[in-house]
Amino acid sequence: MSTRPPVTDFATDFDHTDPRWVADPYPIWDDLRVRCPVAHSDRYGGVWLPVTHEGVAAVAYDTEHFTSRAVVVSELRPNEFAPPAPVGLAPPITSDPPFHALARRLLLPAFSPKAVAGYEVFTRELCSDLLDAMQGREVVDAALDYAQHIPVRVIVQMLGFPQEDADLFRRFIHMILEDVGQSPEERLEQFEGGEIDAYLDERIEDHLARPREDLTTFLLEAELDGNKLAPEHVRGTVLLLMIAGIDTTWSAIGASLWHLAQHADDRRRLAGEPSLMPTAVEEFLRAYAPVTMARLVAQDFEFQGRPLKEGDWLLLPFPAANRDPAAFSDADRVVIDRAENRHAAFGLGIHRCIGSNLARMELRVALEEWMKRCPEFTLVDPAAVTWSAGQVRGPRSIPVRLG
Amino acid sequence: MRVHVDPERCQGHNRCYSIAPELFDIDDLGNAHEVGDGVVPPGLEEKAQLAVANCPEFAISVS
Repeated sequence: MSTRPPVTDFATDFDHTDPRWVADPYPIWDDLRVRCPVAHSDRYGGVWLPVTHEGVAAVAYDTEHFTSRAVVVSELRPNEFAPPAPVGLAPPITSDPPFHALARRLLLPAFSPKAVAGYEVFTRELCSDLLDAMQGREVVDAALDYAQHIPVRVIVQMLGFPQEDADLFRRFIHMILEDVGQSPEERLEQFEGGEIDAYLDERIEDHLARPREDLTTFLLEAELDGNKLAPEHVRGTVLLLMIAGIDTTWSAIGASLWHLAQHADDRRRLAGEPSLMPTAVEEFLRAYAPVTMARLVAQDFEFQGRPLKEGDWLLLPFPAANRDPAAFSDADRVVIDRAENRHAAFGLGIHRCIGSNLARMELRVALEEWMKRCPEFTLVDPAAVTWSAGQVRGPRSIPVRLG
Repeated sequence: MRVHVDPERCQGHNRCYSIAPELFDIDDLGNAHEVGDGVVPPGLEEKAQLAVANCPEFAISVS
């Protein structure tokens, strides 16, 4: 990643890849909420940043002034890589109404609570195997040895791809989500180098030749308005499931374990009261929501007193909305039995994360299995924990001492 | 007491269904609706209130 100049003032020059933001964005957002509920930066060709729950919700609900054509802020201008709305590169996340609803409706049944429940046994066994492999070790990495393997293997299973491709998947995701500080030339080359597309085309060919009961075949056989999906639609959607379903949930599992490693009271309460887990999972999702989305301004207009211009980026930080004291009492405290919790970790409005039921199941099962096997664990060194940079925030290394 | 899901606002977060499956059901697309006529049986009032208080889209009302 190319080096970027340090941020002078987050209200006027923020950068979501700045080391201070990466290490701890919450004080930055708290400060901005008071000073300017919508911050601006000239970086990335111009980006806006609402930090209140109200502001984030207003953008999420406004599909007229904002387009989802590009949802990852980078130095590469969307005109250079993103096919036009309403379809976009990876439907339905990059789609706008009215096409959005069609592409989304197609996928929804595959991610219903009932459909997702079908993967719970696989997920539990996978977690159990990972914990088996850690047995006998005093120090393990809760991110590298555990969290990072779970969502990728579940999605690979759902898509019907070879399990040994899990590592390849993680590299692709890193290229797309974390290498955003590259020059436009470097980033374009990475896309046009075609490694990701070539891999996906190969898998799609394989499924066309040998259809089977999995999500890839489901997509290839699905019909929209009486027509099979265009190959680039299938490829885009598979890419979306890969990107959206892996880094994000890995981050949520890691952040939850990172919290529990530091809070003996919460750890012991959950170990003794496993029925509290679903409520605790919602609180971890609120407090450590991993995903910040983005929009492009679709037309010039004034938003909360700021002059937005067509083509400007806008970061949509659901994690900041979840920490807004105007929307949550004790917003900065993790309350694992929080009864009222309208968190926006999975977004708001028509783009609500389609995999939310899958993510919740994986997070709950991953924590249940870990707590069953390792109820006592602490951070080896808080300073050794590293965090991802970019729009998906989660711990990438969490060395913990077991017992 | 009666619960109602506004289908225009519901985005399928499924929070109500996980909190109170006795009161809410979901269709194949994940959209929620109240069970039957939405009347809350005695003893489930607290769950109904919890479902209201956990809907991210403010889609549920009680009357």
